[in-house]
Amino acid sequence: MKKNKQKELKINRRELLAGSASLGAIALSSKVGYSKDTNQNNLPPNVPEWTGVLGEGVDANPYGMPSEFENNVIRRNVEWLTASTESSVNFTPIQDLEGIITPNGLCFERHHGGVSIINPRDYRLMINGLVDREMIFTLDDLKRFPQTNKFYFLECAANGGMEWKGSQLNGCQYTFGMVHNVQYTGVKLSDLILETGLKPKAKWVLAEGSDSSGMTRSIPIEKILDDCMIAWAMNGEALRSEQGYPARLVVPGWEGNMWVKWLRRLEFGDMPYMTREETSKYTDLLPDGKARMFTWVMDAKSVVTSPSPEKSILYRGIHQLRGLAWSGRGKIKRVDVSLDGGKNWQTAKLHDPVMSKSLARFTLPFEWNGQELLVQSRAIDETNYVQPTIHELQKLRGVNSIYHNNSIATWKVNKDGTVDNVRLG
Amino acid sequence: MFALVKELLTFLFLLSIPNLIIAEERKFNLGKIATKTEIAGWDIDVRPDGLGAPLGSGNAINGEEVYAEQCASCHGDFGEGLDRWPELVGGEDSLDTHDPVKTTGSYWPYASTMYDYIYRAMPFGVAQSLTHDETYQVVAYLLYMNEIIEEDFVLNDKNIGKIKMPNVEGFLMPDPRPDIANVNGNPCMQNCNTPTKIIGKARDIDVTPEEEKS
Repeated sequence: MKKNKQKELKINRRELLAGSASLGAIALSSKVGYSKDTNQNNLPPNVPEWTGVLGEGVDANPYGMPSEFENNVIRRNVEWLTASTESSVNFTPIQDLEGIITPNGLCFERHHGGVSIINPRDYRLMINGLVDREMIFTLDDLKRFPQTNKFYFLECAANGGMEWKGSQLNGCQYTFGMVHNVQYTGVKLSDLILETGLKPKAKWVLAEGSDSSGMTRSIPIEKILDDCMIAWAMNGEALRSEQGYPARLVVPGWEGNMWVKWLRRLEFGDMPYMTREETSKYTDLLPDGKARMFTWVMDAKSVVTSPSPEKSILYRGIHQLRGLAWSGRGKIKRVDVSLDGGKNWQTAKLHDPVMSKSLARFTLPFEWNGQELLVQSRAIDETNYVQPTIHELQKLRGVNSIYHNNSIATWKVNKDGTVDNVRLG
Repeated sequence: MFALVKELLTFLFLLSIPNLIIAEERKFNLGKIATKTEIAGWDIDVRPDGLGAPLGSGNAINGEEVYAEQCASCHGDFGEGLDRWPELVGGEDSLDTHDPVKTTGSYWPYASTMYDYIYRAMPFGVAQSLTHDETYQVVAYLLYMNEIIEEDFVLNDKNIGKIKMPNVEGFLMPDPRPDIANVNGNPCMQNCNTPTKIIGKARDIDVTPEEEKS
């Protein structure tokens, strides 16, 4: 209410100054959107309307939000994909983001029983099973352990899962947006188990969430001791509720489903637990009816975020192609870009920092003069793994495996600058 | 006086022993030891070998009633699945077809997983509200509907780890990836032999949420 009044004031003031109201200025004050038209009165040599008035003071927004002109940069879901929003997924708007950090409020959500709301005073982490001491920790306990701060991507194993048979969703967000990248603060599990001890027979860990789905996954002890952590903060602030507040598991480079949110229990055992999520789901069905199980690593992948179906080309001349690349096996070594459907490639610029199991940003300048383009990107990681085509994957795995589609996508730039998600063959 | 001091010193010494020992064993001396009761309340998982299965039993005859009341509104009277809620019954011989149907009967490798999941997460939104007996009953009903057990078979904590599911051999380990051709980080860069004909467009499929078309 206060905000609207202020805008009215601004506009009145501007009207006084300029002596006339413009449709553009009126649209600017509307809550639902803003004018896509330029208001000539704000351009040189005129004094812009915001210059002649005082802006809002400090504390107008105790927790700052993005500019209202960026209100289209939001998570989105595909309603027909799932039966209910409580057991569903939405997508990070990667086409609108720069750099490699995903803002906390834009990190995609995947819930199996909705978002649990947990008072941190009531948070407990139980560790039981094949340990020397079965123990319970409070959140404050966890924060007193040695701390670790790491950047990691988290990708859902089903990212791109709708695209196995053909190009289905016409959006970069819908086809690649089940990924985010933040800096985590937490405690390494290898430090935490110094407190509980570990029995020699302990080979597997069951990680369990306290949400309504009681999410559970089995993780081999080698991974647990290598780089897994329990995080309570992301990008410098407490975890968002939808990302597992107050504490979640971080399983770097491995499929997002294993990063159990609202983590309540770790049980050490001598065999995998074969939970619903690692048997009936997150197994990769092959053409012969057999399914791969325990396919944890997220293979190298990349995507051109602009131009993309949501990011038409608006001008002729120079442009900066932008994209993201990542690998669950380590660092991205190189990204190649093709503008002709994979016939010819050039190497893009990788931007610092390039970190292990983190998103990496690449750019490549290109000229556009109204011609059709078939835009692709191809990631190569430090293990020399090269991101495959969809045909390579289909030949090995058919079209029904849902998970782990890390193939190269093709964006067709049309003569009018609009962009389509297409399948080549 | 001396005796008192000695007694006090001994008392302090004794007090400090447990701390010393614990500090040696526990590097940071954080957290607390969990009691059996605390663990029992939270340790609800059931493994394929039956470890963790709670005392209880049930058969499909009783399970039909529980299922009708607690499950059928989403999964259908016969486990066929309503709207987009999962189907639970059928799908045999479909896994190698174009339209695989993955149900507890056709796909799930272990009956223990059915118990574990139904108890921890079902009914949707009312997690952990079924009794152990009710859970055994519902699992028995689904096993019966999938023609894995007879309707009067009494499923319990002793035998749930011994039920042989049809697709138990259907899973492959370990993960064979990277399964694609290894080009040692040097893929083709110029005049590559790759198809560039457009054979499909997402725009033509027309299932993208409306807003995105702008």
